Amino acid sequence: MTWLASHFNYVVVVILMMAGLFIVFSSGNLIKRMIGLAMFQTSTGLFYITLSKVSGGTAAITLKADSETGRALAAPLDPAYVAQFGVDGVVYSNPLPHVLILTAIVVGVATLAVGLAIAVRVREAYGTVEADEIDALSRVAAEQAEPAP
Amino acid sequence: MNTGELLILLVLGLPLFAAAVIYAVGRMPDVRETLTLVSCIALAVVAISIFVRVGQGQPPELMVTQPVPGLSIAFRAEPLGALFAVMASVLWGVNSLYSIGYMRGRREPNQTRFYMCFAIAMFGVMGIAMAANLFTLFVFYEVLTFATYPLVTHAGTPAARRGGRIYLITLVGASVLLLLPGIVGVQAVAGSTSFVAGGLLAGRVDAVVGSVLLLLLVFGAAKAALMPLHGWLPAAMVAPAPVSALLHAVAVVKAGVFTVLKVSAYIFGPDLISFLPAATWILWVGAATIVIASLVAMKKDDLKARLAWSTVGQLAYITSAAMLPMASGLVAGGLHMVFHAVAKITLFMCAGAIYVATGASRVSEMGGLGRRMPWVFTAFLVASLGIIGLPPMAAMWSKLLMMTAAFETGHWVFAAALVASSLLGLVYLLPIAFRGLFPPLGGPAAREFVRPGGTPGTAVFAVCAGAAGCVVLFFVADALANYLAPIRAVTIMEGAP
Amino acid sequence: MILLEALYVAPPALTAQAPILAIVIPLLGACAAALAPSARTAWVISVAAAIFGAWMALAVAGEVMREGVLVYVLGGFNPPMGIALRIDAMGALMGLLIGGVGTLAAVFSGHSLVAEVRAEKHTLFQAGFLLCQAGLVGLVFTGDAFNAFVFLEVSSIGTYALVAVGEKRDRRALPAAFNYLIMGTVGATFYVIGVGFLYAATGTLNMADMAARLATLDQSTVVQAGFAFIIAGLGVKAAMFPLHGWLPGAYAGGPSLISVLLAATATKAAIYLMVRFMFEVFPQGSAFGQAFLTWGLAPLAAAGAIVCSIQAVFARELRRMIAFSSVAQVGFIFLGISLASADGLSASLFYMVAHGLMKATMFMALGALALNIGARRLDDFAGVAREAPWTAVAFAVGAASLVGTPLTMGFLAKWGLIEAAITSGQVWIAVVIAAGSVLTVIYVGRMIEVIFFRVPLPGAPRAKEAPIGVLAPLLVLAGLSIWFGLDASLPEQLAQAGAARLFEVRP
Repeated sequence: MTWLASHFNYVVVVILMMAGLFIVFSSGNLIKRMIGLAMFQTSTGLFYITLSKVSGGTAAITLKADSETGRALAAPLDPAYVAQFGVDGVVYSNPLPHVLILTAIVVGVATLAVGLAIAVRVREAYGTVEADEIDALSRVAAEQAEPAP
Repeated sequence: MNTGELLILLVLGLPLFAAAVIYAVGRMPDVRETLTLVSCIALAVVAISIFVRVGQGQPPELMVTQPVPGLSIAFRAEPLGALFAVMASVLWGVNSLYSIGYMRGRREPNQTRFYMCFAIAMFGVMGIAMAANLFTLFVFYEVLTFATYPLVTHAGTPAARRGGRIYLITLVGASVLLLLPGIVGVQAVAGSTSFVAGGLLAGRVDAVVGSVLLLLLVFGAAKAALMPLHGWLPAAMVAPAPVSALLHAVAVVKAGVFTVLKVSAYIFGPDLISFLPAATWILWVGAATIVIASLVAMKKDDLKARLAWSTVGQLAYITSAAMLPMASGLVAGGLHMVFHAVAKITLFMCAGAIYVATGASRVSEMGGLGRRMPWVFTAFLVASLGIIGLPPMAAMWSKLLMMTAAFETGHWVFAAALVASSLLGLVYLLPIAFRGLFPPLGGPAAREFVRPGGTPGTAVFAVCAGAAGCVVLFFVADALANYLAPIRAVTIMEGAP
Repeated sequence: MILLEALYVAPPALTAQAPILAIVIPLLGACAAALAPSARTAWVISVAAAIFGAWMALAVAGEVMREGVLVYVLGGFNPPMGIALRIDAMGALMGLLIGGVGTLAAVFSGHSLVAEVRAEKHTLFQAGFLLCQAGLVGLVFTGDAFNAFVFLEVSSIGTYALVAVGEKRDRRALPAAFNYLIMGTVGATFYVIGVGFLYAATGTLNMADMAARLATLDQSTVVQAGFAFIIAGLGVKAAMFPLHGWLPGAYAGGPSLISVLLAATATKAAIYLMVRFMFEVFPQGSAFGQAFLTWGLAPLAAAGAIVCSIQAVFARELRRMIAFSSVAQVGFIFLGISLASADGLSASLFYMVAHGLMKATMFMALGALALNIGARRLDDFAGVAREAPWTAVAFAVGAASLVGTPLTMGFLAKWGLIEAAITSGQVWIAVVIAAGSVLTVIYVGRMIEVIFFRVPLPGAPRAKEAPIGVLAPLLVLAGLSIWFGLDASLPEQLAQAGAARLFEVRP
């Protein structure tokens, strides 16, 4: 139980990933597949952010010396040192994965946009967004294109 | 550039240049034919020059390019190759003369393509003959396959295309699946694929690896029509007779057995061949091929099919001889290559001549035709004796040498196969000439000519030239054997590329 | 070598910035093309940007041959904190391939777009094409793992859209593009997860730095999981069997130009990245890595080579046939990689370039034919050689290289692979390659027979010889297959240098 609690985020990541992948591969509807894909990509976002959290770490924004917490931490330190180096002993969470995931989110949004655009064009060309109907229509068209032997 | 390099460039460039020129003058048949004949003569002259120089101990050589380090396209003449080149170029001339008669006599279409492909095929043959390493040989071997494909499917009928497909699939399939991996294996083991006197792999491989490589290389050279890769040869009989003559006598099958001989002499060498078990296996397969092919030939009524199966058997003579220990069969194999070529080309030209004149292609239809076509049938008789190996035909010498070698090395099976095949040859070849020339009294009348005047003159001339060659070679056989003796050398020569 | 030095005449100022210019100029060109007033202007911009990019790739290759490894730090932020471009011989070779094929494809696009893409989309098409170029070049030049993902997706999203644009000719391009998008994105996301695992284990994203830190960590399950995800993700992009399902549809449905680009460059760039991770980032000689190569990669690659060759034999449509053939050839490349030796890797790199050139030739020839005839099925191409001889000859050269005819680059590539397999002792790989070659001969034989030796169908639209603007790049591509078949020193040197570097660093 404690393992579950301490690794809760990772469990959620796995559940979201599997759910997303399942939807992508089992659903026949193009829009639903995009939704599954988005879920899958979100799970990786959650993964990275979970990686970035350091135990006992605060948000990755440099603490100002004149805030509450800042003054409390600065009290035992030499003012000249504080003036030059800022407040010491603050544990920050890792900001890099957040940056990475921002990039990945942008990529995901772009993919979503292109995917939905293609889905719209599929609807225009085939009249449906169900994969099996599209398959059937393609096959019929291919057979009709063959000249009779 | 010294004379040697120039000679090699000429021997390769002439046929290629001829092909281009033939294409250019395609619309003027007489010019085209003349150019073909001129090229044949020129090529023969160059090939003979190379032959002479090799005999004097100054082998011409030429290095062309190195695509990647370790692989090179290089040429170097040696006795076997020089002999092959001379034989091929002279027979090209004879065959061209014959083709002129045949193609015009039957008013065949696509004659320009025909002569052009012939020239390109000769380019391939010269490359094979002059190759200094297996890689170069392989390149030109493939050139030959693809250059002869349009010739095999010349007729354009579905049957011709089917024959062509079997031809291509068998040859290319064997090349890609067996020959190429074999060559790469040689490169991997020895670091090069050069032909070295005494054998490139001598001392570098054990019995297992050597046997595998030998099997790959010998069966990969499917042009040698060793069973079970012989099926393409009868299938290629859909081609017109000049093409069959080329395939069987001048170029394709001879390239196959030439490859086997070179591999045996210069890649494995006499010492190594002697103790590879695979050599004995191939010998047995060859012996079986000889006997089976001769038996099948007896049953064939179609003349060209009968000749094709005869060739399968004769080629196996050479392949088996190449596998005899201590290289005792190499010289005999080389000689047989030439003697069989001259005899077979004559037989095929006769078959074609008969077809042009009378439309007959089956043996049963040829009774009594000898009276109407005396020259052709006499030549057929002479060449048949050449195949069987009776004196005064040259093949007697090569068969004798092979049998001696077989007895000396204790391969009784091979010797027995040789004897059996000669006897069977008596049965399936001689009756054709005899029934033609001396038909049984009271039998059916001979066929009429479908072409007024019978066979065209040039074709008859070519046929007679071939028959004469069979006799002439009898007298030079000894000299040729001496010329070929160096290929059995055991010591490694200096300066191998 | 001499050719490189003769062609490379860029002034030193440009050379110093060449790596980033090779990426940025096509990127800026994409913006300019998107804003272009007419299709012709967009085409001119596209060709200019592609030529400039190729020139910069040449300059980079020249530098790499002189210096060994070229490192370009972006923005002055030094790695491992900052992002750096790191180009060695392998990357330079890929850069040359992408730049070269891209330029020829750009020239080709002038005419081909008119036939295959709706008129109103031409400028956007050129923009997308240049985006792909920029992304691919960035992918092979970068030295940062996440940066590789970004460039991978930049190029891939471009190709998804560009494949879909083929719907003017064949509406099946749309579901094919969608399928490609789904699978490609799943693959890229797997890659990101893998990079995340590696980041968690090492704390860095710079590939060289990662390699140093991973040297001691190969038993950690985090690292192994990361490795698995990365290989799976890139395997989808590289169309490794059995993750290749998207490829036949995408190659067959998209415009010919995109097939040229995809076949020659996109899959190869993904393979390049896989090789980087397998042999440079991950510690070599690790039991896990070795087990994967011998028991995972090699059997899958062999299966892909044989199965997809058989599928190619039975395919009805010509472009699908070539697409299946591509998957099979990628299987060959992976077989060479699975040997885990310098010989094997160098042979695979050489094969990648050879395959890129030959497939580009074949698809471009089909595109030239598509200007006049809309045939899709192989039988509809009967006798095309009579009406469009030059195009057919170029196609035949590409096909000959595919089969491995001597005197073409494909032959040397096959030879190299078989030799590497035999010297490594993995003779079964040589057997698989030989068997695959026989199958290749069969389906290529079918293609050649139909195109050259059949009579054109009565009533079928007549093919015409393509205009010079299309013939020129096509013949250059075909010529390259033959040139490198006779004198392969340029790609051979780069391939061997690249492979040697990857295998010498580790003891």
